[in-house]
Amino acid sequence: MNVAAPKASNETASDATCWRCRAGVGAEAAACPACGVVQPPRALDHFARLGLPRGFALDKATLERRYFDLQRRFHPDRFAGRPAEERALALRHATALNEAYDHLKSPLRRAVYLLGLLDPAYKRDESETEKDPALLLDALERREALEETTDAGTVDRLVAAARRDIDAALGRIDRAFAEMRLRDADRETARFKYLAKFVEDARDRRRRLSQGSST
Amino acid sequence: MIILQLHEPGETPMPHEDERGLAVGIDLGTTNSLVAISRDEKPEVLRDEKGVGIVPSVVAYGDEPLPVVGLAARRMLLDRPEIVVSSIKRLMGRGVGDLKSVAGTLPFEVAADTGGVLRLAVGGRRLTPVEISADILRALKRRAEESLGRAVDRAVITVPAYFDDAARSATRDAARVAGLEVLRLVNEPTAAALAYGLDKSAEGLYAVYDLGGGTFDFSLLRMEKGVFQVLATGGDAQLGGDDFDELVAERFLSERRAAGLPAPTVAETKQVLATARLAKECLTAQAGGEWQLDVGGVASRHRLDVAAFEAQIAPLVERSMRIVSAVLDDAGVSVGEVAGTVLVGGSTRVPLVRRAVEKLMGKPPLGDIDPDEVVALGAALQAEALTRGSDTLLLDVTPLSLGIETMGGIVEKVIPRNTPIPVAQAQDFTTYQDGQTAMMIHVVQGERELAPQCRSLGRFELHGIPPMVAGAARIRVTFTVDADGLLSVTATELTTGIESRVEVKPSYGLAPEDMIRMLSESQEHARADMTMRVLIEAQVDARRLLNALRPALAADGDLLSPAERAALDAAIGTVEKALPGTDRDAILKAVEALNEASKPFAERRMDRGIRDALAGTNVETLAGRIGAAGGS
Repeated sequence: MNVAAPKASNETASDATCWRCRAGVGAEAAACPACGVVQPPRALDHFARLGLPRGFALDKATLERRYFDLQRRFHPDRFAGRPAEERALALRHATALNEAYDHLKSPLRRAVYLLGLLDPAYKRDESETEKDPALLLDALERREALEETTDAGTVDRLVAAARRDIDAALGRIDRAFAEMRLRDADRETARFKYLAKFVEDARDRRRRLSQGSST
Repeated sequence: MIILQLHEPGETPMPHEDERGLAVGIDLGTTNSLVAISRDEKPEVLRDEKGVGIVPSVVAYGDEPLPVVGLAARRMLLDRPEIVVSSIKRLMGRGVGDLKSVAGTLPFEVAADTGGVLRLAVGGRRLTPVEISADILRALKRRAEESLGRAVDRAVITVPAYFDDAARSATRDAARVAGLEVLRLVNEPTAAALAYGLDKSAEGLYAVYDLGGGTFDFSLLRMEKGVFQVLATGGDAQLGGDDFDELVAERFLSERRAAGLPAPTVAETKQVLATARLAKECLTAQAGGEWQLDVGGVASRHRLDVAAFEAQIAPLVERSMRIVSAVLDDAGVSVGEVAGTVLVGGSTRVPLVRRAVEKLMGKPPLGDIDPDEVVALGAALQAEALTRGSDTLLLDVTPLSLGIETMGGIVEKVIPRNTPIPVAQAQDFTTYQDGQTAMMIHVVQGERELAPQCRSLGRFELHGIPPMVAGAARIRVTFTVDADGLLSVTATELTTGIESRVEVKPSYGLAPEDMIRMLSESQEHARADMTMRVLIEAQVDARRLLNALRPALAADGDLLSPAERAALDAAIGTVEKALPGTDRDAILKAVEALNEASKPFAERRMDRGIRDALAGTNVETLAGRIGAAGGS
């Protein structure tokens, strides 16, 4: 993931005065209450940035409403006629909002991000499939089935089965996070990850098969 | 001076210095371009006096200092194809190295010895695609200024969603050279969706299938309450109606080869392509036809019917449909969820294209918009939003993945495609040799795994890495894509706390010196424009004076003595001699002398007019005489 929050080097957490008029600004205020000018984006986690409770369960409609509302305020298009400093700050806000939205809208990225947030020791890039023999075996079997077939219908069935398993894994991830069972959440997220990759690869194969038959 | 005092003030009023110019929307197309303006969210295409909105993206570099752009340039294709350039958009952001792979039979003459920078040899000049595009943009700017009677200096310019970073940068530079500040580069399908969505109050999930002259885009957007959110986009920057033309041209030329007839020159190839294009356009409405080629002094006739045409272009249409399926897959959207498909671009007039879209999307595409104008209208709406404010919000995505070449030529993706922009992402890299103090960073764009298969955007070196064992240094490379879709890259060494930053704007083969030269030339262009304008104004004044004097002399010549008449005729002769030239001062001097020489005549005419009026001559005759003298 390796995501760097866009953060100016001179920005500090204690910075609570407006950069323009020097009035006091609340720790999370995006605009100065005195002069109304846009403030640098604060160092917030993605949930806080969009004003959402920190958790895996998330209402998609609420996520989108918050994202649109905030982008309406901070998108660079809204600052087209403003001074360069304000435009640069708006760009940073919009960038941070996009990053937050992009991480939270996909359940897989949300799960991985939340694990990192709740457990600082969590290693995101480590392949969990290699540690879990059952998961590894399952992955190998699916791969073999995909590689052996040249029949589009069989590929479709494999994709459908993987999708069902993704839905089941999502339910387990949801419950594990709700009960703060992070090891379980981690394992199911690893399963989700390889299933998602499998579906992607299967779709590629499906595309090649249908192209081969049509030409 | 009585005669002159009656004429109108300058024909083209100049704006006040302190008055901000207007902002327009420009669709800079491969085949055709348009300029539009929006007021109170009502966009309209700016047209010439005949009501034509389309400006063909064709430039002719003839003997005059200023190029001819548009329909007049396209007509010159028939007589002087060697001075005419069309479809320049296909070469935007391309280098000499790219040309072989993309050009095929493109009718361009590449200037030799250009040191990597692509220049075309045309009409005795050596021009980059940026300069040629700038000439088209200048013509659009002029069209807008003439139509609005005000200076225009800012624009939203549309680009294909699938344009890579180099092509976007090149477009931006062309606008600068043309004297336009780019408020925003907007993706063509997004602009079309904006115009369509606002006009029809469309809500829900929509697709935009945009097949233009040179590029293909397919975008999926969600529209609701003024938000236009692109979910996924895909395309092919080298697929368009031009490719249909090329296939038809190749068919005709192979028929000629089979008959042993001469092959075309580069210049004649342009004419063959124009004929092929005509054939394609005819076949949207009729079942078949016959076209004539005049190549190498030997004419030939070629039959083509719809079935043969469709069989020939079917693989290209199929290619676009594969992209449609891939974008739907990327977004995780099934065709049933798409409320409607908006068709954009002149090539969607081809019936096979419409049928293919309908078949794949499961319902007839939306046909209640003009596919040629909707992009320009959207650009105008966005220009208004950026200058006057608006409640609409465009949220776009990156069309192609951005990454870095790592060991073994493998591409490490830093920003995947379809990421919402603006975006900033960082990735950490390390050294692979003990004591390594520098690192080459190669930025690429594309979906392929290996760097040579992707588009190279630029290379830069990061120096000053402290010597450490291999793998100990941490170099953070940050990619930033702004709301225009333009990329900038910075690199920082982290371990020692010493920041070695390098900032790179990926280039497309144009050195900064080139850009500076073009900008200074563009100022000369502006000066040339201005010189031309004052010259034309002087000529118009002189003609007006002559046109007023001639009938007056015919009617009232008896008021002058033979000597006065001879002096006046001499002064008229001087003006007539100066008139066709380009020496504005000579024209002004001659006009001034003529004014002076005609003064007694004008006064006497006025006197006679008054006497006549007092003597009962009817007033209308008098008014007619003064009117004729004034030339108003």
